[in-house]
Amino acid sequence: MAFVRKEFLHIFRDFRTLIILFGIPAAQILIFGYAVRTDLKNAGVAILDNARDEVSQELTKKIDASEFFYINRQLDSYDEIDATFKQGRIKAVIIFPDRMASGIAREGKATVSIIADGSEPNTASLVTGYVTGILNDYSATLTGDVTSSMPVINPEVRMYFNPNLESHFMFVPGVITLILILICALMTSVTIVREKEFGTMEVLLVSPLKPWQIIVGKVTPYFFLSLVNVIVILLMAWFVFGLPVRGSIALLISECMLYILLGLSIGILVSASVSKMENAIFISFLALMLPSLLLSGFIFPIENMPKIYDYVSMILPPRWFVEIIRAIMIKGAGFGYIWKETAILAGMTMILMIISSRKFKTRLEEGER
Amino acid sequence: MKAIEAKNITHHYGKITAVDDLSFTVGEGELFGFIGPDGAGKTTLFRIAATLIIPSGGRMTLFGLNVVSGFRELRNHIGYMPGRFSLYQDLTVEENLRFYATIFGTTIKENYYLIEPIYRQIEPFKKRRAGQLSGGMKQKLALSCALIHKPRVLILDEPTTGVDAVSRTEFWEMLEGLKEEGITIIVSTPYMDEALRCDRIALMQQGRLMGIDTPAAIRSAYGRKLWSVSHPERYRLLLALRKMPQVAASEPFGDSVHMTLHEGAIPEDVRRMLDEAGIHDAAINEATPGIEDVFLELMKKEVRRSEV
Repeated sequence: MAFVRKEFLHIFRDFRTLIILFGIPAAQILIFGYAVRTDLKNAGVAILDNARDEVSQELTKKIDASEFFYINRQLDSYDEIDATFKQGRIKAVIIFPDRMASGIAREGKATVSIIADGSEPNTASLVTGYVTGILNDYSATLTGDVTSSMPVINPEVRMYFNPNLESHFMFVPGVITLILILICALMTSVTIVREKEFGTMEVLLVSPLKPWQIIVGKVTPYFFLSLVNVIVILLMAWFVFGLPVRGSIALLISECMLYILLGLSIGILVSASVSKMENAIFISFLALMLPSLLLSGFIFPIENMPKIYDYVSMILPPRWFVEIIRAIMIKGAGFGYIWKETAILAGMTMILMIISSRKFKTRLEEGER
Repeated sequence: MKAIEAKNITHHYGKITAVDDLSFTVGEGELFGFIGPDGAGKTTLFRIAATLIIPSGGRMTLFGLNVVSGFRELRNHIGYMPGRFSLYQDLTVEENLRFYATIFGTTIKENYYLIEPIYRQIEPFKKRRAGQLSGGMKQKLALSCALIHKPRVLILDEPTTGVDAVSRTEFWEMLEGLKEEGITIIVSTPYMDEALRCDRIALMQQGRLMGIDTPAAIRSAYGRKLWSVSHPERYRLLLALRKMPQVAASEPFGDSVHMTLHEGAIPEDVRRMLDEAGIHDAAINEATPGIEDVFLELMKKEVRRSEV
């Protein structure tokens, strides 16, 4: 089909388009991947020592002496925890229980609470990991048995701000969601509106082509490029960050195709409603990118939002797609678990396609002069 | 059958009336020009003819097919060149042409003979991107693209705007060549000199038609004798003429001033009065009225009528 061929020529001749298509996804993966993967060195922790005995003091010394931590402050009561976290200088609070030494002596075990700042999931998991390591080392010296499978001191980890602490690889589903909506909606709306702005749409309309042929010709290349992008992102996630797809890849790709179609129909709808490229970009960014970023649950968990945002997010396709793709990639879920979300997305796609095909005119619109 | 028949075509954009009750016919194989300043409604009229706009009122048919109800069939027979050259700037000359050929369901080869005289001139640059062509070459490419499916009617909206003088002349020669192929052409232009090359012209102003005829007939319809007055100090001359009661109208025209006189007045009176005003040795000769003179005259009548 000549139209598709021409559209590919447009894409490959325009450096900026190529950057948006392939540069941004790669950059996002790398930024999200590495930026959150800071190595832990001299992280501040606070100690709430309810025991004040030799065990708790020994542990405090060990933690302070390690290269990973320094004791930022000693707390006197539970009430101070919240305020201390909010100051932001500490990554975790370590709480030693009452009568720790005697507890170990009597019952052979004690529980240390570690409360980590869950707003930085990666740091939080590193902190808890290292603290747990220090505690285990110490347990081993107490029992004198390194291989003991029952640690004397039990770490009890809790997350502050983000209690569930989802996998820190959750940025990959998020990036896919974001990239697809960006490419599909933004690029298709811009490419169609560009024809309007340069006046070539006038000639296309005068030609015997039917409107659907024009649309299909214009969006087909973006459909395939978006798929290529999904695959590139998945490969990068796998090779650079070692994140495999736990669920069925075929299912994942099919869901992506559905979501791409949805994005394309949004793009067509936007392009049918505006006649200037700036407007198309503006609408795509403001109405799609920001809500996708903020309300899809990609960065901020929906459970922690006020109810009203929860309802708002329900009309946003990214919310459902993030759930689908997380379920497949991270939980390895099958279609049985995500049919509801899939049905919602399919419904949205249908509605959008009907609206946009109605709006796409066979003639010039009033006011275009 | 007439190529184009328009009856009481009217179009409004909101409260603005862009095209006001136009009726005209264009014969098959005719080269028909619409002359008028910007905002006269030429583009709107052409978009109606190209099936791109549904007129608010009236009826237009091309080869008996209504532009509203028969648009599907009509779109196979229309070659349309919008005011802005509708080329893909990032595609090469050849790619543009091939693309337009395919969307109209044809190939470059099939109708090559038709565009050959035009396309041959830009063929050496066929690997160049359309965005890097000069105005004249863009125009030739756009015309080739509009012609590639051998349309029965060509609708050209200000094809020579923004194109150098040499290319403009060449372009009109091409249109005359296309006329010989039997293609009906309607063309709009703000340039009076181009009007002379049309078979018939329609003068448009503020959405209305002020006259349709052959260029020669329109010129001869100019009622009074026209005088050309020249003097090195043209501006002073013009001011002096405009103060004289005998002078009915005076308009700058090229290096000289064109004037008409009131009934009973003779050029000698004017020469005498110019002398008195300190403008000596002005040359006064009878001039053949051009389209421009007619146009200005008609515009004035129009203004007078609307003032009444």
